[in-house]
Amino acid sequence: MIVLHAEILIFVAVAGTAVVLTRNPLSQVIGLTFYGLLLALMFFIFQAPDVAFSQIVVGAVALPLMVLLALAKIRNREVKQRMHHER
Amino acid sequence: MTYLPYFVAAWLLIVGLYGIITSRHLVHLIMCLVVVQTSTYVLLLAIGFRYGAIAPVFADVPVGTPAVDSVVQALMLTDIVVEATVVALLLALAIKAHERTGSADPENLGLMRG
Amino acid sequence: MSFRWRKSLFVLSAAAFFAFYLWGLRGLPGLGHYPGPYGDIINAVVVSERHVTDAVTAVNFDYRGFDTLGEEFILFASVMGAMVLLRKSEDEEIDPPLDFAPDRVAPPMSDAVHLLGFLLAGPLLVFGLYTVTHGQLTPGGGFQGGVILASVPLMIYLSADYECFCRITSHTLAEVAEAAAAGGFALLGLIALLFGLPYLQNFLPLGETGNVASGGSIALISFLTGVEVAAGFVLLMMVFFSEAFVLRAIGEDKPEKKQKTRP
Repeated sequence: MIVLHAEILIFVAVAGTAVVLTRNPLSQVIGLTFYGLLLALMFFIFQAPDVAFSQIVVGAVALPLMVLLALAKIRNREVKQRMHHER
Repeated sequence: MTYLPYFVAAWLLIVGLYGIITSRHLVHLIMCLVVVQTSTYVLLLAIGFRYGAIAPVFADVPVGTPAVDSVVQALMLTDIVVEATVVALLLALAIKAHERTGSADPENLGLMRG
Repeated sequence: MSFRWRKSLFVLSAAAFFAFYLWGLRGLPGLGHYPGPYGDIINAVVVSERHVTDAVTAVNFDYRGFDTLGEEFILFASVMGAMVLLRKSEDEEIDPPLDFAPDRVAPPMSDAVHLLGFLLAGPLLVFGLYTVTHGQLTPGGGFQGGVILASVPLMIYLSADYECFCRITSHTLAEVAEAAAAGGFALLGLIALLFGLPYLQNFLPLGETGNVASGGSIALISFLTGVEVAAGFVLLMMVFFSEAFVLRAIGEDKPEKKQKTRP
């Protein structure tokens, strides 16, 4: 069990670094969702099922939705600016 | 091993802060802020954990069994849901900043005009 | 401050932070050797004092209910802030909703996704209500169940389209439900004052352990929190959707809808 705890902590650290080092926001959202699920697994291994429940529904449902909608709005406006300039 | 979660929490904080400082896109900055918030969860979780203990739910076990700390879990639970709504507020700010200045780069936000 | 100066300043402060952190770590217990008294005290008395079996929910809504009231109002204020920020401004107009990007062709929605969404909507709603009401017995409670309930309209949107989402959600109902639930939580504390007890003390009859109707006001507060979180997230979704699909700056040309025809 001790090995499992150490492994999951190292996975979380590596996944957090990967989320930060991904520069493109769209790829980063996918990484963030996976990071949220990995965190929920860590909460479960450390005997915290309530917190794991909360993290799964928030980190995999609510958070990526809002980030993707914000990215869609920003991208729409940038594409329209570019189409306007090309006229 | 006994101090590994504390180092992971400090590492996540520092890496998240580095991402915020060197960010080139407002939405990337907000997601690095989420990573910083998760470092506090790792720290709180590690403080309350006890080897060989069960989750603090006594539905089918007798009351005396050693369980992990329930107070820090209660703190983390509300924090996770509230973090999502604060991220929503920050995303609304990012959308409005992009609309007013035309770029999502924090470097181009410039000085306040009033 | 230029980029390189900022980076070197960050490295210096990170090193100083790490030094202080290592100095402070010496007072903390190692992983797995939790010494502190509060968790053990609460785990020992929660079943007999409050007749609930989930210690985390009892701590959340009873022993530290005042903190949860504060967090719930942070949620309320953030939703309100996002709604204020993304309201329709003077240089925007409302258009018929266009759920696609201006330079991409939208593929047609497949029947399997439609069917799966509509089949799963009912069980997801029941599961959300189960999580909210059984928070005293098993892991669950208002916060988790509220987000699950809010993901039901989201799944309807993902498997159908934006018009279907607009038909099943009502802005007024979500606003009224959120405000009523948040105010109801604060009012429950005031009702405890009427009984001569401290603010937010558990004043309802406690019931028997293992029943859904146990824990007194814990069940009521959990239900109100579930309603508030669900309504808050539905409002956030509606505001973000309208910002991304409906509001358009005056003077921008509207892109035509290009749709791939089905083979």
